[in-house]
Amino acid sequence: MTEATLQPPLADDSAWRGVAWALARDLKLALRSRAELGVQLLFYVIVVTLFPLGIGPEPGPLRTVGPGVLWVAALLASLLALPRLFSVDFADGTLEQIALSPYPLAAIVSGKILAHWLATGAPLVVLSPLLALQFGLDGREMTVLAVGLLIGTPTLSLLGAIGAALTLGVRAGGALLALLILPLYVPVLIFGAGAVESLRAGLAPGGELSILAAALLVSIVGAPFACATAVRIALD
Amino acid sequence: MNTSSINWFRFASPASFFPLARRLVPWFGIPAALLAVGGLYLGLVVAPTDAQQGDAYRIIFLHVPAAWMSMFIYVVMAFWSVITLMFNARLAAMMVQSLAPTGALFTFLALWTGSLWGRPAWGTYWAWDARMTSELILLFLYFGYLALRGAIVDSRRADRASAVLVLVGVINVPIIYFSVRWWNTLHQGASVSLTSAPKMAAVMLSAMLIVALAAWLYSIAISLARVQAIILERERGTGWAEALAGAVR
Repeated sequence: MTEATLQPPLADDSAWRGVAWALARDLKLALRSRAELGVQLLFYVIVVTLFPLGIGPEPGPLRTVGPGVLWVAALLASLLALPRLFSVDFADGTLEQIALSPYPLAAIVSGKILAHWLATGAPLVVLSPLLALQFGLDGREMTVLAVGLLIGTPTLSLLGAIGAALTLGVRAGGALLALLILPLYVPVLIFGAGAVESLRAGLAPGGELSILAAALLVSIVGAPFACATAVRIALD
Repeated sequence: MNTSSINWFRFASPASFFPLARRLVPWFGIPAALLAVGGLYLGLVVAPTDAQQGDAYRIIFLHVPAAWMSMFIYVVMAFWSVITLMFNARLAAMMVQSLAPTGALFTFLALWTGSLWGRPAWGTYWAWDARMTSELILLFLYFGYLALRGAIVDSRRADRASAVLVLVGVINVPIIYFSVRWWNTLHQGASVSLTSAPKMAAVMLSAMLIVALAAWLYSIAISLARVQAIILERERGTGWAEALAGAVR
């Protein structure tokens, strides 16, 4: 990095300070645009509610498709919220200034992703047991579903951030983002919904949840760097 | 310091690679055609009918090579994407761009032939088995690459952005490859491996390997042919490209 050599050496904790700074800033911004967050949450609720109306109210089929529907709706809600991760900052030039800051860009991106998950992913997790009631899931299934979403939705935010950065300023960015990111979401969907299936089959859901946790750890290590690279490419 | 007289980076320039690519195409294309004809003759005519599956098994002479190439081409694209990001090399990105349609084609072919074989063998055209699902995701990854590439107007930015996408998606390739071992699903395990004796008749195995070699040579030939068009399109402002275009005109 040529610009880094021109600056005085940073303290060892500059990465963590970068994360904290971006987290605080983006959380503050999120809290000031609560209406937008509400829309995304309502989208999740409405998509989930459409399924019983489409499939019919018989409890049997609903109970079968319930975990999958909740997961697919979470994927779509996550996708809907992704563009706002970088696009506002990109449009008004803030992102360029952020990229010039002495903090590592990957650290700032991590903070932004964490704030984004707290604002858009965590509410879905909290709301999911309530929506699971619509599908007649019992208490243990609900718990496994919520734990799966808790481990899985941060992975969605991390992977989605790469796509959001890659499609910055691109024509038809929203549809393109779906095409790029949804295939990468598939493993999370399979294991997330699979955890509840395992429980129903009388097996321990630990295997699927462990794979979700492994995917989360790999994403935490890799995604911020890929995302920072993508942001730099967009700013070129 | 550099005692070697060979300039390894000479062919990294599109202008010097273009004539090389043009010369190489027949060297790969003609053997590919001959091997394809020979391998398919061996597979479809000479090879005996399978005791359990009848003649339906003969689809593997297309299916297995297509499936191998679909994964292999993605890995090659990932390799050139690393070169693109590390050295900011234009030609590497052009190679990724020229390989992608062929990779997508082989992925589609693998899914299509697999589905045709699945009907007589499993009684269904499609099952949500781990290997099929991951191969389908591979097809979507190819489409995503092509779409991102097409959506970004600035070609240098498109090079690097799509290289990042290819590298993020490469995690899917080992998942496809090992899916039959990790999950106990409908798709059978590998019939061919380097470490154990083949589980099929020698003539079937050799027909399959010959078609695979043909598919491999075809991929090289077609990507070298396609990269020429990409080079000309992208370098149209340069003197040598205009001189070449003028000569053709």
